[in-house]
Amino acid sequence: MMEIEIQHSDVYALALHHRFQWEEAQQSYVILFPEGMVKLHGGAGEVIKRLDAKVTVADVITDLKTAFPDADGIEADIIGMFELGLNKGWLRKI
Amino acid sequence: MTQASLGESVVQKEIHAAQNNGVSANITHTQPLWLLAEVTYRCPLHCAFCYNPTDYDKYTQNELTTAQWIDALRDARKLGAIQLGISGGEPLLRDDIEDIVIEAKRLGYYSNLITSGVGLTEKRIKAFKEGGLDHIQLSMHDITEEINNFITNTKTFELKKKVAAMIKDHGYPMVLNVVMHRYNIGHIKEILEMAEALGADYIELANTQYYGWSLVNRNQLMPLKEQVDHAEAVTNAFRANPNNKMKIFFVVPDYFSDRPKKCMNGWGEIFMIVTANGDVLPCHSARVLPNMQFPNVREKGLEWAWKDSPAFNKYRGDSWMKEPCRSCSEKENDLGGCRCQAFLLSGDAEAADPVCSKSPHHHLIEKAIEDSKNPVLTAQPIVFRNDKNSKRVIAGELNDRLDEFHALP
Repeated sequence: MMEIEIQHSDVYALALHHRFQWEEAQQSYVILFPEGMVKLHGGAGEVIKRLDAKVTVADVITDLKTAFPDADGIEADIIGMFELGLNKGWLRKI
Repeated sequence: MTQASLGESVVQKEIHAAQNNGVSANITHTQPLWLLAEVTYRCPLHCAFCYNPTDYDKYTQNELTTAQWIDALRDARKLGAIQLGISGGEPLLRDDIEDIVIEAKRLGYYSNLITSGVGLTEKRIKAFKEGGLDHIQLSMHDITEEINNFITNTKTFELKKKVAAMIKDHGYPMVLNVVMHRYNIGHIKEILEMAEALGADYIELANTQYYGWSLVNRNQLMPLKEQVDHAEAVTNAFRANPNNKMKIFFVVPDYFSDRPKKCMNGWGEIFMIVTANGDVLPCHSARVLPNMQFPNVREKGLEWAWKDSPAFNKYRGDSWMKEPCRSCSEKENDLGGCRCQAFLLSGDAEAADPVCSKSPHHHLIEKAIEDSKNPVLTAQPIVFRNDKNSKRVIAGELNDRLDEFHALP
């Protein structure tokens, strides 16, 4: 795996040719792409659904801390999701 | 077409959740995430390695209508289907693919047209884009015109390059599928370079698996072990080069493995195929299996087919297994391999896949590898996939080439 340093000022978006959507039948968010799909855990879906090619990583962290005030250590999880998404090619840096 | 890359792509948690230890699906929540619509068996190409049934000629006169396909798409979506492959034969021989694409988009599918490229015009690709088709998977055969035209038994080499450019021009991700066999496996480096030069985003190097026409032509198609090893080494070197952005799926040739593939990720676990005439199958070649009645969409619908039909429940989980699979510590890794391969080669659909070195039928694989080096056998002519040969299969005129295999009509 590539070593990627996520900066709070970075802006990310879903990679080209990838689609993110809610799946009613599975009660989860998924990412769809040629020849594959990934079912996301709740927290991962919350991160990806906020990406609009404008918000920064810091914006996402602030927003999620507000939305989930009881979640401890959420920042590390969010950064971890960006790292995973980049490594897997689900996300691209703007 | 193939989907062997799926296992890596779906999050593991999902696959584990779908395993059910032999309990029928209606209480275990398996979902047909992948729907493959084999909309027609008619095809302008005549590929020697085609996995379609050798008796496909029986299914070319009773294809589902547009309305029946749209109903099937809707019903499968309700069951949880997300990825849709529109395949064949050559799907573009139908003039309603545009309607199917529009409906797929409306229903929320991620849709993929799996094509030889024959029949893809500017007008049609534009309509597909507007209709919301997500990607197009184009089959390529070789870097040389000679081998492309030989193995497909058609003059399609220049056309495929034009279609590849058209796919790129319309902003589609370019997904190439190359079926590998004795005639092109030595060109793997050049094939990867060609794909990179065409701007491919993904390439699937699918070693031939032996079903349907490719099983009949096994002696003529199978590469040597050394050729497979070389191809894998070249692929790994290509992947290791950071300048190469293309994603490569390498579908391993199971005849040269010690353990079988986890066929379709498990019977009735995540794949559902609806064939041209409406049969509903858990895998591409399931109709070869004996004493099985597969459901048809014209009868009880897809929900019954997936959840309750005896055919879809027959090999779910592992309670059907015999020894050596039943007590094998590795059984969850491969679920005993492929039922069709077990039957075609051994005559017993519940036997371990003969690919497994623990199988009492493993000698059949060793013999197949030896036969593929036998100059007398390899000198037999290739039986190309075409209507005339399919009629000959049905009439029993090719039995000398089929006798060795069980259930091939």
